[in-house]
Amino acid sequence: MRRHFFGMMMTVSASLNGAEQRRPSRFGRMLEDRLPYLIVAPAILILLLVGLFPLIYSLIVSFQRITMTENDTSFVGILNYAELFRDTRLWATLGHTAIITAIALPLELLIGFLMAQLFIDRMPGRQIFVALLVLPTVISPIVAGATWRLMFDVRFGPIGQVLSFIAGEPVRILWTVNPAYVYPAIIICEVWQWSPFMFLLLLAALSNVDQSQLEAAEIDGASYFRVLRAIVLPAIAPVIAVACLIRGLDLVRIFDIIWALTEGGPGSMTETISLYTYVQGFSQFETSYTAAISFVVIVLLTLITTLVLKRMELVR
Amino acid sequence: MRIGRLPARKARILAARYLGAGVVTLLFLFPVYWLFMISFKTPDEIYHVPPLWIPGQIQFSNYYVLFKDGDVLAILNSLIVAGASSGIAIVLGTLCAYSLARFRTGGENLAMWIISQRMIPPIAVVFPIFLIYVYFGLVDGYFGLILLYTAFNLPYVIWMMRGYIVDVPLELEESALVDGLNRWEVIWKVVFPMVRPGLMATSVFTFVFAWNDFLFALVLTRTEVITFPVMLTHYFGGQSNFWAKIAAMSVLGTLPIFVAVSVMQRYLVRGISLGAVKG
Repeated sequence: MRRHFFGMMMTVSASLNGAEQRRPSRFGRMLEDRLPYLIVAPAILILLLVGLFPLIYSLIVSFQRITMTENDTSFVGILNYAELFRDTRLWATLGHTAIITAIALPLELLIGFLMAQLFIDRMPGRQIFVALLVLPTVISPIVAGATWRLMFDVRFGPIGQVLSFIAGEPVRILWTVNPAYVYPAIIICEVWQWSPFMFLLLLAALSNVDQSQLEAAEIDGASYFRVLRAIVLPAIAPVIAVACLIRGLDLVRIFDIIWALTEGGPGSMTETISLYTYVQGFSQFETSYTAAISFVVIVLLTLITTLVLKRMELVR
Repeated sequence: MRIGRLPARKARILAARYLGAGVVTLLFLFPVYWLFMISFKTPDEIYHVPPLWIPGQIQFSNYYVLFKDGDVLAILNSLIVAGASSGIAIVLGTLCAYSLARFRTGGENLAMWIISQRMIPPIAVVFPIFLIYVYFGLVDGYFGLILLYTAFNLPYVIWMMRGYIVDVPLELEESALVDGLNRWEVIWKVVFPMVRPGLMATSVFTFVFAWNDFLFALVLTRTEVITFPVMLTHYFGGQSNFWAKIAAMSVLGTLPIFVAVSVMQRYLVRGISLGAVKG
């Protein structure tokens, strides 16, 4: 009995399926026609919700005068934006961010390139080396910062120990506190974490360089630097551009590593634009003012990247 | 010159390259070694002057403390948030990518807008998002974080998957359509299997991005759904750093990444460079 019922259901559903395949229901056809938009919609909706909505919200708040103590929602015009220009601490943080970016980015590029040169020719076990070298890049920046904090420690860290050994006398450097050494400390950590990223990209780019051109140059007896300038660099230039864009953007918004290493200190010596915005919003509770900073940062960076991306024609 | 033996000059060059490779690898891995080693040390060994480079014995009491105090819940929170958000981002993002790749929905402008979303600095949106989350009561909950990480991973997923889907031969899909499959079936039965390797690699990267995030988690969690990087910074306080805890927690938070990345090694370049370089 039960078996019979089940069989009947199967037949019914089979015939239904058959009918549907020949002549889709109106609803089915509508789904099919709108499919391109239907499957785009959820993703776009979430992006708008989390991307555009906060943007508009912060724009509105930035024209008001909300702080921790006052919930004044009356509009004050461009007061907060005018304040931006008088805020010397803000300009200082821009300077800090620029210093870190200007030093770390070329260093990462150079070290990454040298590493790629070392590994470009095939050698047994190369894959293992590459796999190991990439590890710093994938760990959390907070972990990277914490690790270097342990490394830099003046008494229990190995760096002071090694330096003392080399110098032959005790070297006591408070890397994360001494104003003369905080920037080197941050940049060392940053370069350690991200040079392997450059390495990986450049290794891939270098192995795509036209081999026949290189061989021809070698037969002609061209020097290493001549080959580098005339053949290799032009060939890998697009990859260098992409790598610098990705890293440059990350460096401009650097937060985690500094938070873990110095928390912006000593004083506000290593405070970057991201740290400053965080402090204004979450420990000073300058709601409207933070919104104004956020808005300016977002507009500036979006403009720059869109321009750069368009120029590089990343879009295939 | 006998066959099967390298000429002396080439052998010397190879030896020099191995030496260089070894030195570079040691330099870059030493901090990781130091971190792992501290996590196995006893407090006496950690605070020993001069620092000890090799622990006396491998012991797990630093990890035991984390489990006993319930600190490992932070790892669990990270797993839930990163896992759920990358799962959702992968499904929604891949569907969106299919539409962009095959129907050219929205043209190049939509694609550009999506990739530009990826470039938005988190610090600029975290504050307004925080205000909105406070208003809707989403702070310190799984849902808020998952939604946010999904949104931040979507542009990446869409961009990467669009690249992979474009590489699927169009004839394959057309013949499937002729055979009477509808679009949904084509996507699930033809396209998905073809892009599975790319899908796996992209999932790993979205997971890693969500796993490593600090800023959003710092702002949007309080006590309930603290993720592991935030938990880590709780140990930094003041003069006495709990080095044993920092090291053990870091290792716990790093191992899943190491495993995932070594499995996905082959796709690393393409995944890391937004598909700009085909690895």
